[in-house]
Amino acid sequence: MARVIYVQPDGSSTTCAADGRSLMKVAVENLVPGIIGECGGDLSCATCHVFVDEAWFGKLKPRSDDEESLLDVTSEEPTETSRLSCQVTLTDDLDGIVVHVPSTQR
Amino acid sequence: MMEPTRDSRVLVVGAGQAAGELAGALRAGGHEGHVTLVGSEPHFPYTRPPLSKAYLRGEVAIAELYLRPADFYRDHDITVHRGVAVEWVDLHGRRAGCDDGSVLDWDRIVFATGGRPRRVADPGLESAGNVHYVRTIEDVERLRRTTIAGSRFAVVGGGYVGLEVAAVLRRLDARVTVIEAADRLLARVTSPVVSEFFLRVHTQEGVDVRLSAQVELFQVEDGNVSTVVLGDGSRIPVDQVLIGIGMVPNDEVAARAGLDVDNGIVVDEFCRTGTAGVYAIGDVARHPDPLNGGLRRLESMPNAAAQARLVAEDILGRGRPYNDLPWFWSDQYDVKLQAAGSSAGYDTVAVRGDAMSGRRFSVFYLRDGVVRAVDAICSPADFAAGKALIASSAVVPLSDLQDPSVPLRRRRSFTSEAS
Ligand SMILES: Cc1cc2nc3c(=O)[nH]c(=O)nc-3n(C[C@H](O)[C@H](O)[C@H](O)COP(=O)(O)OP(=O)(O)OC[C@H]3O[C@@H](n4cnc5c(N)ncnc54)[C@H](O)[C@@H]3O)c2cc1C
Ligand code: FES
Repeated sequence: MARVIYVQPDGSSTTCAADGRSLMKVAVENLVPGIIGECGGDLSCATCHVFVDEAWFGKLKPRSDDEESLLDVTSEEPTETSRLSCQVTLTDDLDGIVVHVPSTQR
Repeated sequence: MMEPTRDSRVLVVGAGQAAGELAGALRAGGHEGHVTLVGSEPHFPYTRPPLSKAYLRGEVAIAELYLRPADFYRDHDITVHRGVAVEWVDLHGRRAGCDDGSVLDWDRIVFATGGRPRRVADPGLESAGNVHYVRTIEDVERLRRTTIAGSRFAVVGGGYVGLEVAAVLRRLDARVTVIEAADRLLARVTSPVVSEFFLRVHTQEGVDVRLSAQVELFQVEDGNVSTVVLGDGSRIPVDQVLIGIGMVPNDEVAARAGLDVDNGIVVDEFCRTGTAGVYAIGDVARHPDPLNGGLRRLESMPNAAAQARLVAEDILGRGRPYNDLPWFWSDQYDVKLQAAGSSAGYDTVAVRGDAMSGRRFSVFYLRDGVVRAVDAICSPADFAAGKALIASSAVVPLSDLQDPSVPLRRRRSFTSEAS
């Protein structure tokens, strides 16, 4: 089990524990607001955008080309630490990862 | 309209994509009353797009199809009756009867019954052992139990589901013939440019595509279809047959209950039927088309999810009219199509990039100078730009749309290397 902390634009946060699933799935399963996942993780919608906390970004596997091009579709402007949360799997080495939910996804 | 109450009992007929989204949205929105889903499939709500894509390829596990794990429903006090069908609904007595004999009371009822594959009207086919449809997990598991590599598949119907399955079968080394009655692929859903493109891609990938082809006869031998005979007399020997000729909405229970039904359950822009407290969402809902007027039915996951969220809000007393931009995607081989808007009645087509070779371009559909729809092939930036243009009804010079070197939308770069 690993934990993930979703921080909302207003600063409130939700901590969830899961493993082996994507950060999008974990958010949806826990009714975390602001992460929609309209395509169910098929890299088609970009409604699962998150800003990964600087301290954690470097620990993630790099983005695929497909993810990079889809980040261009996000509703809120992406930054250097932007990820599509359906592409990030929650593994034990990410225990405690902090991600920030954008204020808009659509 | 009945006053919304936080403790009203919501009964959802169906437990598919829309039903699952609705249950989650009700709890997320603070609904405290009973939420009960009754679904005829033996599953918790799951998502269908991977059925003709990654799940058929064997790349994702069944657990990943489920919207949420079983614990979620228990933890959020959502009752899911699996493998149970609703047989009748009494709109005035506010009760519903199921095929397991149970009778359920409700204050709000939502029809989220989706659809079933349109079948070929051929009694011989119903009993044939090698005929497949793709709508459910069981359908795909049955297909995957057959020998795929080296086998001859006939795919009847050149729509999205048929073409996606054809693409996966080719990747798994099957020999595939696509039989389409119209004179182009995807005729109901896209323009000739995009149809031509997919014809080229499938042909390049080794699919034998037959257009304007009518099936004259499915020849059955020893309980299996052995040959598909076409109207022009050609004979296609087959090991397996896949039928993908569209979907029929499951609106019979609603019709028997006395609701207005016309190729789907007719609802208004709030997804409300004519009876207070009774809704329909997803593939089964025939709703007002804000883009073209009239009524339409959409068969897409974003539509099912958006209508589910809308009805959850309406039940919570915060309803708003449905005007989300329709969008859809399809994956075939290395090609991702993203489509948005409604191309009905377009008068001008702008092709951006090279549609005749390669696998990356987009098509914008305009009416009276305004972008109404976009089909983006491996071009997510154009998809995003297209959605923004459609939403704003912006007038863009045709030459800008047609010139890939003219950016349609400016964004700062998010990658450190490129900045
Ligand atoms: C192979 C395939 C690929 C697809 N790919 C895409 C894609 O790439 N992108 C996209 O946007 N969309 C795609 N779709 C469409 C998308 O899956 C549907 O739009 C979506 O599932 C609709 O959700 P729904 O809840 O309305 O219906 P469904 O998901 O069909 O759920 C309805 C459920 O209700 C049940 N039911 C019916 N009648 C009763 C009754 N009387 N009592 C109890 N239960 C009942 C049914 O058994 C079913 O389980 C695809 C569909 C298929 C089949
Ligand atoms: S869920 Fe659609 S891109 Fe991540």
